[in-house]
Amino acid sequence: MIDSIAQQPMLAALIALVSLGIVFGALLGFAAEKFKVQGDPIVEQIDNLLPQTQCGQCGFPGCRPYAQSIADGDAINKCPPGGQNTINAIANLLDVPAPALDEEHGEEEEIKTIAYIREDECIGCTKCIQACPVDAILGAAKLMHTVIVSECTGCDLCIEPCPVDCIDMLPVVQGIVQWHWPTPPTTIDLIATSKMSSQEDAA
Amino acid sequence: MSRTWETPGGVHPPENKSQSMTQSIGHLPIPGTLVIPLHQHIGSPSKIDVTIGQTVLKGQTLTTATHSNNLPVHASTSGTVISIDDQPVAHPSGLNAPCVTIASDGRDQWIEHVGITDFRRCGPLDLLQIITDAGIAGMGGAGFPSAIKLSPSKDKAIDTLIINATECEPYITADDAAMREKAQDLIQGIEVVCHILNDPKRVVIGIEDNKPQAIKALRPYIQESSIEIVPFPTKYPSGGEKQLIYILTGREVPSGGLPIDLGMVCLNIGTLIAIKRAVIDGEPLISRITTVTGGACGVNRNYEVLIGTPISHLLTHNEFDEKNCSRLIMGGPMMGFSLTSTDVPVVKTTNCILAPGHSEIPADTPAQACIRCGLCAEACPVSLLPQQLFWYAQAKDQERLEAHNLFDCIECGACSYVCPSNIPLVQHYRSSKGEIRKANIDKIDADNARQRFEFRKLRLEQADEQRQAKREARRLVTEQARATSNTSQPGSSAADIIAAAQQRVITKQASPEQQKAKCERALLAAQSRLQEAEKRLIEATTNGSKQQQTICSASVESARQKVDQTQYRLRELTD
Repeated sequence: MIDSIAQQPMLAALIALVSLGIVFGALLGFAAEKFKVQGDPIVEQIDNLLPQTQCGQCGFPGCRPYAQSIADGDAINKCPPGGQNTINAIANLLDVPAPALDEEHGEEEEIKTIAYIREDECIGCTKCIQACPVDAILGAAKLMHTVIVSECTGCDLCIEPCPVDCIDMLPVVQGIVQWHWPTPPTTIDLIATSKMSSQEDAA
Repeated sequence: MSRTWETPGGVHPPENKSQSMTQSIGHLPIPGTLVIPLHQHIGSPSKIDVTIGQTVLKGQTLTTATHSNNLPVHASTSGTVISIDDQPVAHPSGLNAPCVTIASDGRDQWIEHVGITDFRRCGPLDLLQIITDAGIAGMGGAGFPSAIKLSPSKDKAIDTLIINATECEPYITADDAAMREKAQDLIQGIEVVCHILNDPKRVVIGIEDNKPQAIKALRPYIQESSIEIVPFPTKYPSGGEKQLIYILTGREVPSGGLPIDLGMVCLNIGTLIAIKRAVIDGEPLISRITTVTGGACGVNRNYEVLIGTPISHLLTHNEFDEKNCSRLIMGGPMMGFSLTSTDVPVVKTTNCILAPGHSEIPADTPAQACIRCGLCAEACPVSLLPQQLFWYAQAKDQERLEAHNLFDCIECGACSYVCPSNIPLVQHYRSSKGEIRKANIDKIDADNARQRFEFRKLRLEQADEQRQAKREARRLVTEQARATSNTSQPGSSAADIIAAAQQRVITKQASPEQQKAKCERALLAAQSRLQEAEKRLIEATTNGSKQQQTICSASVESARQKVDQTQYRLRELTD
């Protein structure tokens, strides 16, 4: 048997390759089952970069559905709360060029705002409580409501349903604790050629 | 003489220390108002316990600590609390922070206080409590609560106490002056700390060799003790905690670690004197030695300043020439920050007020492009790569910044000092550090929001499922009820209802025999009613009105019809 195989090099090569194929195929099949990844890891990673305001400005009901949509090939510039930083981070992750924020979905705000309920005017209708995506509003029917400041993501979703318009979006107070050093102005170009190139870029 | 090690990098800026050492430590008249910031240390803020209009005595507590990382603050002189509100404080942001303002009464009357004559009889925990209650925070600059530093930890024994007498920044001489004039207090402070730390094996005073007079002043006190004085060559920045530890012991504090990881504690001269005062004299931390210097000051000198004294008070007593002053700096020229107002008060960490002339520290020249000369990397005492960090800071590449150990940067400013392009490198690092910290906080918030969002979704789904289940259960119950009442056709349309009603009528109608009997009974009743009606008609015709007659005849007629109908129906049934 072995002799006859040894005399026919074609057959020997065929057997060797097929048996190798079977062994590695089995190994890969086993590994695919054993180390199976639950869910789509890229969606998880994109979701981690999104700001989790759950505001729906991107047109999706929450950050995760938008992450899923990006993974399926949607544009990455639909998130105004995240702004350019988030776009850059996602672009970096997906290794695509970072576009500017799509103005259609809203503008990036410099200062984070948070909802405040004018408590004297609140009639206790619970509509804002139902609208809040992160359960940051506390209250009960016919009782005054209030926003848990530390949990509010500033998504604006509670403004619309309020029948008495008693919710304001106020900027977060920047105290000494939150303060950090500002970025110094960028260096100036003294070399004539680099000046010219930067002008060309601008034009 | 102990061996010393040399740190990498470093610079030698002009020292400018002699100006302020020409005179001894001075005292200033008590200012009219003192503004005492409530939060002068690293840690959470403490709870205020005075009210507006309240009279306070010197040394009285204004706030109480509510947490172990809190420190109280004390009234620096006697007087009346005139306001508790946000005021400008010594902070690079120029923002306001909560302060207590005291209008001094000029009597400078102490609250009752007693010290401990023999601290060796007290346990370390009692002494640490005294240090906390006295509001002592590290006076070198960071303001870390000293008692926390000295607290014993279970797994790390402290065997080395390092006294930081380096004072490497130019211009500042507060510690130098303190060592010359308060050497005895300092030694007593060291003794107290040694007692708290259960007599560490080694006690070293690390001092730069540009302070020979201070070394001379300390010598007589340490002759019989085990305290070592280790002078080493002057170089900026040797006074950083980690740098000093390396210079004195040759050991490096791990990245992100603390000296306690090596079994060491490092304390500043001012802090030790404050500890002596707190324990032996019973006085809380209400004053400190501050250098007031610079070309724009007519007098350059060290002062024992009450905490809360406005800077303007210091300057007016120093022949301050505003026109000649290029900027007002709190701290030294390397690591200090510019003040926007002279109203800000002196705090526990204010070691120097520098008012340089225009020629001394000129205004910032605009930064030029980095030429990759590498001088910054040579100057960096932590062996970082400042120019790489600068590129990544400009690109806002936080991942790479962290990978290049941005957080090991001690912000000493040596790189900015040597930069031929005048790039404010340290500013970039500080800004990037702030952004990274903020990004980390935002990340935590985002994770929190995601968790809440997902929990809400889960809750709503569960509520929906429960509602569905209830509806299903109700439907089953009605179906069962219908099945038992023999209704074969469940439905709600009009035709169904009619059909069901007809069905009911049919079921009500019993067998033909029963129907016949019923019909016969009806016939009998109708016949008797007819007889009644006829009887009434006869009565009406005999003695009634015309109208009554017609009514009665009509009823007779209807009764007769009924009898006819019933008879017809009966006939139908019998057929």
